[in-house]
Amino acid sequence: MYQNERVISHSSESALATNKVLRNTYALLSVTLLFSAVMAGVSMAMNMGFMANLVAFGGSIVLLWFVLPRTANSAAGIAVVFGITGLLGFGLGPILNTYLAMSNGGQVIMTALGGTGVIFLALSAYALTTKRDFSFLGGMLMVGFIVVLLAAVANIFMNIPALSLTISAVVILLMSGFILFDTSRIINGGETNYILATVSLYLSIYNIFVHLLHLLGALGGDD
Amino acid sequence: MEMWMKIMYAVLLGMMVLFLWPRAKHMIANTPKATGSDWKAVLIPLLGVVLFVMLLISMV
Repeated sequence: MYQNERVISHSSESALATNKVLRNTYALLSVTLLFSAVMAGVSMAMNMGFMANLVAFGGSIVLLWFVLPRTANSAAGIAVVFGITGLLGFGLGPILNTYLAMSNGGQVIMTALGGTGVIFLALSAYALTTKRDFSFLGGMLMVGFIVVLLAAVANIFMNIPALSLTISAVVILLMSGFILFDTSRIINGGETNYILATVSLYLSIYNIFVHLLHLLGALGGDD
Repeated sequence: MEMWMKIMYAVLLGMMVLFLWPRAKHMIANTPKATGSDWKAVLIPLLGVVLFVMLLISMV
């Protein structure tokens, strides 16, 4: 009897902890997405060139790989998350300005934004309601991502449009898989740090948006 | 895009591959085996994403 009570108490504590991580993750994610959008707006208003994209990308990688792992368990980690998302948002400015110069650029951007939101919400809802463990996807997603990165490096110099579109399509699928994987890790207690969970989900959303923008800009009707 | 910028982007992406490689090796070694129903549970939403993206492309 006492043991049963302990099991029930332990499982309810674990469910409460999971809910707390989930709530904090979504709260931080929504604020960082908003901050990122503001920074993109600032970069667009300042009419920044592609150099800003390169510097912001490099800066965010440095924060992501060297600073975040040391600060993820402290309040400073939140500032680092804002640094990463702010830089990535700022780097989006020149890309968005390029699309806005197209005749249907505004429509392409808004469709990509809405589409990214729908994909994220639908996949999150799916992972949350089914409560399935998607941890088996980890290895495959990582290998897929590395292959895509190598293909992207090659295509920087080869400049093949078909390969570029294929990379975008594969990245959208990989990031969709990462949303399932990361959400299921939070639900099943595999990820207990909401700062790291936020960054993982943010990067998936960011990549889906950028690559959806690329697909819509290239394949959508540009009159 | 100028050549030096291309080289810088390639260096950054290459750095990402180098940093991700040990994590990928660890994840491959520690990933649990999936059953048929597990794969079905992933393929259905991904198919939904593919169809949705195709719908978005036809809309713009």
